[in-house]
Amino acid sequence: MEVESAINNKKIVKKPNDRFKKIIRQKYLYLLMAPAIVWVILFCYGPMYGLYMAFVNYVPGGDSFYTSFFSSKFVGLDWISKFFSTGDFVKIMRNTLCTSLLTLVVSFPAPIILAIMINEVKNVFFKKTIQTVSYLPYFISWVVAANIFLTLLSSGGFVNQILIHLGIIKSSIMFFQNGNLFWGIMASANTWKGMGFNSIMYLAAIASISPEIYESADIDGATRFQKIKYMTLPALKPTIVILLILAIGGIINAGFEQQLLMQNNTVLDYSDVIDTYTYRYGIQNGMYSYAAAVGLFKSVISFVLLVSANKLSKKLNDQSLF
Amino acid sequence: MKFKRLKHRSKGDLILDAIVYFSLIMVFILTFYPFWNIFIVSVNDATDTVRGGLYLWPRIFTLASYKAVFTDNTIVSSLYVTIARTVIGTLTALLVTTMLAYALSKRELVGRKYFNTLFIFTMYFSGGLIPFYMVLKSLGLIDSFWVFIFPSVVSVFYMILIRTYIEGLPAEMEESALIDGANEIVVFIKIILPLCKPIIATVALFIAVGQWNSWFDSYVFTYSPKLVTLQAALVKILNQYQTGSMQTTAQQFATSQTRNPVSSDSIKMATTMVATLPIVMIYPFLQRYFVKGIMIGAVKA
Repeated sequence: MEVESAINNKKIVKKPNDRFKKIIRQKYLYLLMAPAIVWVILFCYGPMYGLYMAFVNYVPGGDSFYTSFFSSKFVGLDWISKFFSTGDFVKIMRNTLCTSLLTLVVSFPAPIILAIMINEVKNVFFKKTIQTVSYLPYFISWVVAANIFLTLLSSGGFVNQILIHLGIIKSSIMFFQNGNLFWGIMASANTWKGMGFNSIMYLAAIASISPEIYESADIDGATRFQKIKYMTLPALKPTIVILLILAIGGIINAGFEQQLLMQNNTVLDYSDVIDTYTYRYGIQNGMYSYAAAVGLFKSVISFVLLVSANKLSKKLNDQSLF
Repeated sequence: MKFKRLKHRSKGDLILDAIVYFSLIMVFILTFYPFWNIFIVSVNDATDTVRGGLYLWPRIFTLASYKAVFTDNTIVSSLYVTIARTVIGTLTALLVTTMLAYALSKRELVGRKYFNTLFIFTMYFSGGLIPFYMVLKSLGLIDSFWVFIFPSVVSVFYMILIRTYIEGLPAEMEESALIDGANEIVVFIKIILPLCKPIIATVALFIAVGQWNSWFDSYVFTYSPKLVTLQAALVKILNQYQTGSMQTTAQQFATSQTRNPVSSDSIKMATTMVATLPIVMIYPFLQRYFVKGIMIGAVKA
């Protein structure tokens, strides 16, 4: 095997013509790839190149974006250190991490529990209905979802009406005027939107458990609760571990659209996460270089987290397979 | 002894069943009722809605709000923009992404590894919003319809799904066509595309839903009223509602003595329904496909 590949390598080294001929022969494949390559250079690597603006004092105006930012004054890491030195850094990181962690705590177990419960249902019609309906929130836009939450949680909204009716509270809770509640609302909204859809993966993992295992448990007289505890859950463990690692890898992404649509000035101290902060300073206030620097800070952290999470999950995946 | 165990089991099972059915019915209500609530407000007489207590059924049925929505020039125009971007955006993205997936599925492609890395890397690192905005600006895409199409013409994640699917296809048909002298473009159109129908259906659903639902690009990258999408129009209605008319129920009741069957609230709900219904009508029928697609994605990603 090694000898063979060595020979192959030699061939390539000895006859660069072969490789060139091969490329010519594959011209149609390159043609098929061409639009995507133009896209990736323009819309993915273009912005990465544009990150240079995070290290200069870019003032908009002038002719082209690229020429004017190269003539801008180089300031190095000044923007990043400015971000660290303002009180904003602590506040933004607190909001980002608290929203993410709270979301993780609520929305991670929810689809697992849902999948296990759906699996316990024997009535096919009921099962299918619950599954289909639970996917619905995933497919609607954040605009519609935000509308739903803003309406149901408004002062005269459904939730307040019910709580007053049941005598739990005396006067309406102002859900969107109270910063302390905002992280919880985000966590609930994220859970509501993703729970059904995320249960698909777990349902598929449950479906792959061999029925013989359950049958032998039946013969031993195991209760259904015991079967869930000693068979279904252990069978789901690899899936749970891998998805949890990936979710932790995305911890710096605390959402963007949902905050932007549901926040207001009263709760801004709690609702502002890295992405909304970048948007406000960059697009709305025109502080391009500063916002780009904050965005770069996030991209770097996100990159490190995602790569480590992927490496770890691959390692565990291989272990569980072999 | 055995009898005892059986009895014990059935009792435990009953409790379990009760918990399961109760929780699932709660899930059903929590996911479905909000939509139902929006629906009944949208088809109920607005003056009557203000009286409150509208929970299960519309009391005075009227389509007045929908009439108002479909005669509102802003909303009708936004609907056209949304349909145009969904159709054009989905078709172009499917074509370009599938072409890329096919090329990268070829093991003998020279430089395959490098091209793969070039695309996969973008899933882990991005320039962020501000440089992206600058790129759009320098390409002249700000305030252009094509800002809805070009930036999303490839999705690396869906490319991986499609590539995985193509790699799993039997190679004989393709090989015999290539031996017969057909080039890869012909093979792609005549053989690969028809074989990829299930995965293309899945990806088409997700891309179309994404196009239909997006509002941020219209909201931030365009300012001409002609380029407002339906969801962006809904954001504007929501903003008005949040800041402008923070009326109490009593105030609304006082102003509604004129007996108007339509209010800002009912129009908001009717617009929300228009923005939601097409999705509600399509996704249940593609369930089979997207469940499979997710599984491929989970294994590969």
